[in-house]
Amino acid sequence: MTVISALQTSEISVSVWRGDETGGEPVHYQVPQQPSQTVLDVVTWIQRNAEPGLSYRFACRVGMCGSCAMMVNGRPRWTCRTHVRDVLDGQKIELAPLRNLPVIKDLVCDMSEFFAKWQRAEGRFQPTSGRHDAVANFVPSTPQRVAADAGIECINCAVCYAACDVVTWNPGYLGPAALNRAWTLVNDVRDGGQRNRLHAISGQGGCQNCHSQQGCSNHCPVKLNPTRSIAGLKKTIARAVLKRQL
Amino acid sequence: MSGVMTRTHRKQSLWLAFLLHRLSGLTLALFLPVHFYVLGLALRDSADLDGFLALTDNPIVKLMEFSLVFLLAVHLFGGLRLLALEFLPWHDRQKSLAAGAAALAFLAGCGFLLRAF
Amino acid sequence: MLSPRLFVAQRLSALIMAPLVIAHLLGMIVAVQGGLDSGEILSRTQGSMAFGLFYQLFVFVVSIHAAIGIRVVCHEWANLHGRMLDLITWSVMLILLIMGTFAVIAVALP
Repeated sequence: MTVISALQTSEISVSVWRGDETGGEPVHYQVPQQPSQTVLDVVTWIQRNAEPGLSYRFACRVGMCGSCAMMVNGRPRWTCRTHVRDVLDGQKIELAPLRNLPVIKDLVCDMSEFFAKWQRAEGRFQPTSGRHDAVANFVPSTPQRVAADAGIECINCAVCYAACDVVTWNPGYLGPAALNRAWTLVNDVRDGGQRNRLHAISGQGGCQNCHSQQGCSNHCPVKLNPTRSIAGLKKTIARAVLKRQL
Repeated sequence: MSGVMTRTHRKQSLWLAFLLHRLSGLTLALFLPVHFYVLGLALRDSADLDGFLALTDNPIVKLMEFSLVFLLAVHLFGGLRLLALEFLPWHDRQKSLAAGAAALAFLAGCGFLLRAF
Repeated sequence: MLSPRLFVAQRLSALIMAPLVIAHLLGMIVAVQGGLDSGEILSRTQGSMAFGLFYQLFVFVVSIHAAIGIRVVCHEWANLHGRMLDLITWSVMLILLIMGTFAVIAVALP
């Protein structure tokens, strides 16, 4: 034991939701506090020293993959990018799996529906040219490309999905990530799937359900703005309704 | 819908703006039939209407009227903010706009209150 | 629980009502001075075609706007859908339209 760790006496009380799809409850652990510590460090400590059976997700641990997303003190965050000192609430932290998604076990949720909605929103590129055609030549500074570029960094971590109350209240709602992705493709001049996409984003789960609460933009770790993207989609469908295309 | 505002992810002003917009809309929608009924009293006998209107001299009733004026104004200005958000070029200052809408609505309510007393 | 057409109807009705509501708010602030008296109000409104048309338009548009708004709230907070939801939407619209029209007739008829 080093001198420094011998002097460490403060502890954090961590409440971790444990259970599965049938139900669960918070379980409490005492975790040694470190001078520079992320919530992921805390969860890892618990699994290695206190509860080997604890299930949680992580991968890159450097804020690039989004795998470690979970509810930290009631807000969806990446645990690897959340310093304990920023969220400590009187020496206490509460951890739970992401909202709005079914639980598999403990802090791990089932992302299937989240990904399914991405597909349902026609959030995939439909090419109009092949390998024998000339490389597409589009200008990065056009308003359309700027709008698309503003949303393409999404890594589908589901933090925005967990933050959205319309998703909670309206299970069919496609959600901010799927709609944000669809918006980037609506603005992609190379894409050939606009007609299908228009119907996908204006259906029962479509963009018109968004109430602009901006929980998504507020919590996005990559600082994207799905509310702005969805506003763009709303303009698109309004125009289509007035032109009798919808 | 338990613990409406206690959920931490909702503790931000634009969620409050949403809630105010929804609650004001609901209240106004419930108030309208009452409002229409009272006005309809003028058809039968304006004495009926006068009898009802005499009630409105009560300061508590005046405060309720102030609330209705405020709710109508807040729903209007909040709604204009949403229409701008959805159909005009995006502005990042949504929180300021929401605060401005609430402030304008309060001023409208005060305008009413000053004249009512 | 909105189709794109209901969404547009909601937004359009809101846009149409914005100036109507502003006028109504100003009217109320003016009218409330010195207390409310039916004679005073009715002397301004009865026989006035402009008043009648203004408020009938208001009634028509608010019936649509309120019905769609209530529809969304019933779906999201009361978990209603399908036929029940449609029934509530139509009922709200018809109740407001009918009661509102009676009210307009009451105050605008000479």
